[in-house]
Amino acid sequence: MSKKKQTKSGATIRRVLGLIRPYRGQVVLTLFLAALTVFTTLLAPVLTGKAVDFIIGPGQVDFAGLLKLAIAILVTIFVTAASQWLMGVVNSRITFQVVRDIRVQAFAHLEILPLSYIDAHRPGDTISRLTTDVEQFSDGLLMGFTQLFTGVLTILGTLAVMLTIDWTIALVVVALTPLSIFVARFIAEHTYSMFRVQSETRAELTSLVEELVGNEHLVRAFGYESRAEARFDTINEELHRCGVRATFFSSLTNPCTRFVNALVYAAVGILGAFSAIGGAITVGGLSVFLNYANQYTKPFNDISGVMTELQNALACAQRVFDLIDETPILPDAPDAAALPHGAGSVEFSHVKFRYVPEVPLIEDMNLTARPGQRIALVGPTGCGKTTLVNLLMRFYEINGGTLTVDGHPIDAVTRDSLRANFGMVLQETWLKAGTVAENIAYGKPDATREEIIAAAKKARAHSFITRLPQGYDTPITEDGGNISQGQRQLLCIARVMLRRPPILILDEATSSIDTRTEVLVQDAFEELMKGRTSFIVAHRLSTIKNADQILVMKAGNIIEQGTHEELLTRNGFYANLYRSQFAPA
Amino acid sequence: MKKLLRYIKGYEKETIIAPLFKMLEACFELLVPLVVANIIDVGIKNHDTVYIWQQGGLMVLLAVVGLASSLTAQYFAAKSALGFGTALRRDLFRHIDTLSYTELDGIGTPTLVTRMTSDVNQVQNGVNMTLRLLLRSPFIIIGALILAFGISPRLTLLFLVVTVVISLVIYGIMHTTMPIYRDAQNSLDKVTLLTCENYVGARVVRAFARQADELDTFTRTNDHLKHIQVRAGRISALLNPMTYLIVNLGIVALLWQGGMEVSVGNLTQGEVIALINYMTQILTNLLRMADLVVSVSRALASGVRVNEILNTATSMPDPAAKTLEPVEGAPAVAFEDVHFAYKGAGGESLTGIRFSAAPGETVGVIGGTGSGKSTLINLVSRFYDATGGKVLLFGHPAGAYSFAQLRRLVGVVPQQAMLFTGTIRDNLRWANPDATDEELWQALEIAQAAEFVRGKPGGLDEKVDTAGRNFSGGQRQRLTIARALAAKPKILILDDSASALDFATDAALRKAIKEQTVGMTVFIVSQRAASVQRADQILVLDDGALVGKGRHAALLESCPVYKEICLSQLSREEVEKTL
Repeated sequence: MSKKKQTKSGATIRRVLGLIRPYRGQVVLTLFLAALTVFTTLLAPVLTGKAVDFIIGPGQVDFAGLLKLAIAILVTIFVTAASQWLMGVVNSRITFQVVRDIRVQAFAHLEILPLSYIDAHRPGDTISRLTTDVEQFSDGLLMGFTQLFTGVLTILGTLAVMLTIDWTIALVVVALTPLSIFVARFIAEHTYSMFRVQSETRAELTSLVEELVGNEHLVRAFGYESRAEARFDTINEELHRCGVRATFFSSLTNPCTRFVNALVYAAVGILGAFSAIGGAITVGGLSVFLNYANQYTKPFNDISGVMTELQNALACAQRVFDLIDETPILPDAPDAAALPHGAGSVEFSHVKFRYVPEVPLIEDMNLTARPGQRIALVGPTGCGKTTLVNLLMRFYEINGGTLTVDGHPIDAVTRDSLRANFGMVLQETWLKAGTVAENIAYGKPDATREEIIAAAKKARAHSFITRLPQGYDTPITEDGGNISQGQRQLLCIARVMLRRPPILILDEATSSIDTRTEVLVQDAFEELMKGRTSFIVAHRLSTIKNADQILVMKAGNIIEQGTHEELLTRNGFYANLYRSQFAPA
Repeated sequence: MKKLLRYIKGYEKETIIAPLFKMLEACFELLVPLVVANIIDVGIKNHDTVYIWQQGGLMVLLAVVGLASSLTAQYFAAKSALGFGTALRRDLFRHIDTLSYTELDGIGTPTLVTRMTSDVNQVQNGVNMTLRLLLRSPFIIIGALILAFGISPRLTLLFLVVTVVISLVIYGIMHTTMPIYRDAQNSLDKVTLLTCENYVGARVVRAFARQADELDTFTRTNDHLKHIQVRAGRISALLNPMTYLIVNLGIVALLWQGGMEVSVGNLTQGEVIALINYMTQILTNLLRMADLVVSVSRALASGVRVNEILNTATSMPDPAAKTLEPVEGAPAVAFEDVHFAYKGAGGESLTGIRFSAAPGETVGVIGGTGSGKSTLINLVSRFYDATGGKVLLFGHPAGAYSFAQLRRLVGVVPQQAMLFTGTIRDNLRWANPDATDEELWQALEIAQAAEFVRGKPGGLDEKVDTAGRNFSGGQRQRLTIARALAAKPKILILDDSASALDFATDAALRKAIKEQTVGMTVFIVSQRAASVQRADQILVLDDGALVGKGRHAALLESCPVYKEICLSQLSREEVEKTL
């Protein structure tokens, strides 16, 4: 391991400790309980051994002594059980509190991550950091707490007790026990490569299955079955071959360590018997040794297990920390004022913007949208309409020039107040898991039911909502399966309608909406646009022709700008596009 | 479950040998406390060093034989389990390949993927563990009870009581925590949902400045989760202390009663130690069994799920007929009073559809969502069978063709532009594995894809990532069109497959298909009036019924639904211009 990596994991450990610090009282408590548990756990066999010494043979049983020891054992085991349980409770409290803290911290960071991060990373990755990684971390933490400390104490305690009873036998145990760890490690090292091959092959098989079975409709549509089966069989056979090896060799660990244990046990039995004959130890003492010999390897195995688990937990924690350490958005300027709802004028002046510094995109954009004007954005799908949303609502920072809303540069006002001036309805609708009413009121959580209904009516959504099984209280399922795409868009319009922003960013439907709903959406858009400045990603020629200005975009860039007539006269990309759609073939 | 057991076939020997050897190992382990008792009662008592060596040697021998039988067991268990898993996976994959669209829709392909991968793995592990461990623990418990009975029948009752009480405690704790863990899982799902929502919907959350509220909801959900987890932790933390307590109470009772027995000469000191040993062995193995029961029941649940798939028979077996020759003068596609209802659906998705399309004709299919457009063309390619009426392809019922011939006859470009890992060439050869490069380029030219493929450094050998992620939506769509064209089908179906193309490319594509694929019957399904308006025949669907059939101009006059669709997309003047 490189030094850099070590210091990095050191830093991770320090951060984890920092997370645990608020619960240090509980940590001290659990450490104390662990010590107590180990002590009493080790004491019980000693007491049992002594009791055995009171049971020597017919007529040689010391009942008075036995009774005293029985009571002592009873007390010991009750203390053990109680402190073991308490320790478990405290450990799970610490763990789950820490987990909750780290999760909330990560989520809070998610809310201030720049959109550039979110756009560049697939959601699955971040979600798994907040769920799977945190879970693994908590498992490791819990195991670390319960087993690492008790393991070390048990080893030391056992050693101490054995040494006091008979140091020669103790030495034999100490000398032989590590053998089982060596054996375990030897097997682990030699099976590692087999495991890697197995998991690689399995991953290969899984991705093939995901691809082929996941698209079984296509497999059937193209008659690809026999070729699919041939490809599958090759990998499946390969997995069989390496699977048998990996499974068998890895399953050697338990029998082999058990074997070493049995040898230790036999050695203790023989040596102990000789010591007992010599009178160095009693039969009870021998039983203590046998008991310990049986359990001595357990803490070693536990600790080595914990070590891998802890390393994994640290790696997971690091992934969560990496997310938390991502550079957040610049905070609002300290003197940033709140931008009130204004008339809705927007001005781009020599705006320069690039997603990637090396790739030129918008180099010098100038545009003045006066209050109430309609600006149509035209171009093929993926032409860069989101870029405009990104800049207007300051999801991304412009690299040069100025962008003002009602005369205020957008970076001089607070983001929240800037965004309150915009209403956006995109084709990729986003609704929360919640009821219809909750979704409409998303931008105004304190809205009354009357306001919500009024907004829905204006958005032409009221009639379909009332036909839903529970009306406004119908829950919207996760995948939104219970309402159509067009209806989702109507809900998004209602959501904006409730906020009455002066500027709109709208996305006209292309193909996913059915005709009837599309008429409604169109109607609702008209209603919404009354008296508002609107940026419309347009697909309908009528919308484009009626716009005050047309921005023709291609690959993220604005290539032409003007009114319908002006652009036709220019006879450029727009004119070509227009003719290809509407002129006869 | 019986159905799954047959996958053991070919590994019967291994399946029997593995647990047998495991039991053998358990036997040797059970003998150890007796040997120790002998050392104490005979060796130490009589100061017989030779005897001690002998018994010590016996212990080592037991260990060696134990190891040998254990290794044998592990080997055969691994062979049997992996053989089982491989055969099961192979059969399951083949079985999935026979399922028709009806079954695939019912089960869902993501489910099939899980069944194929993690469920089969679970079952395989379950078999492995059952063979290796599940028989071992009960055997040791029963063996320990029997041997304890052999040592002292009077104390056996104590053993039985301890065993039963521990079993009850384990069962009780698992039974109580199970629903709590289920709650925790639900709560965790909510955490996942919120994270996903806020990630995907970051723009909306910020646009409405709801970050603080979202964080608040998230925090509350996590507090709730923590609460449940701590509660579960409190109960499950009882398991070890409780069982420890019971076993040790048993040991105390054993010492006391044992003391009395020893006092009257019914028992020896060594035997008391042996009994204590058996008591601990019972505890260890009961706990191990509890763990195993959880994993094995998980494997069983997976087994049931895999079985469900295997028990799903296809509703459309391959007719495996001889190659059919087209009937002279018959239309390429003819629907005769066709009705169709999806399985389990309340109403019909298509009612009384009647039309015919001559070879070489272009047919446009238009209508709103849910009007039955996709259903109609799915019947042409026989992904489903009509529930009433007849679908004829070149004069023969669609159901009379073998799948192999049918798939070559009808080329499909589905809505979702899906590509597969491999090269462009691999993908284009899906429908026709024997297509030459020349044929592939020809298909690419028609699909308006030749230009960008030529621009790739690898050309036809350019790598395609999973799901074709390294191509843009429009490029993927054109490649899927080329894929269908490469097999030179007699009937080509474009199911809304130009949605990601800009208007200019879309128009060029339609023109190329028209000019360069003489004799091919083409179905163009679209929501764009512009895409179908130049078709030889336009089918207008509304709510499963064919409400209009004819050319653009005629339909504008005669079909109100068609007129409505056109006017919702174009202004009146523009519509007039198309005439």
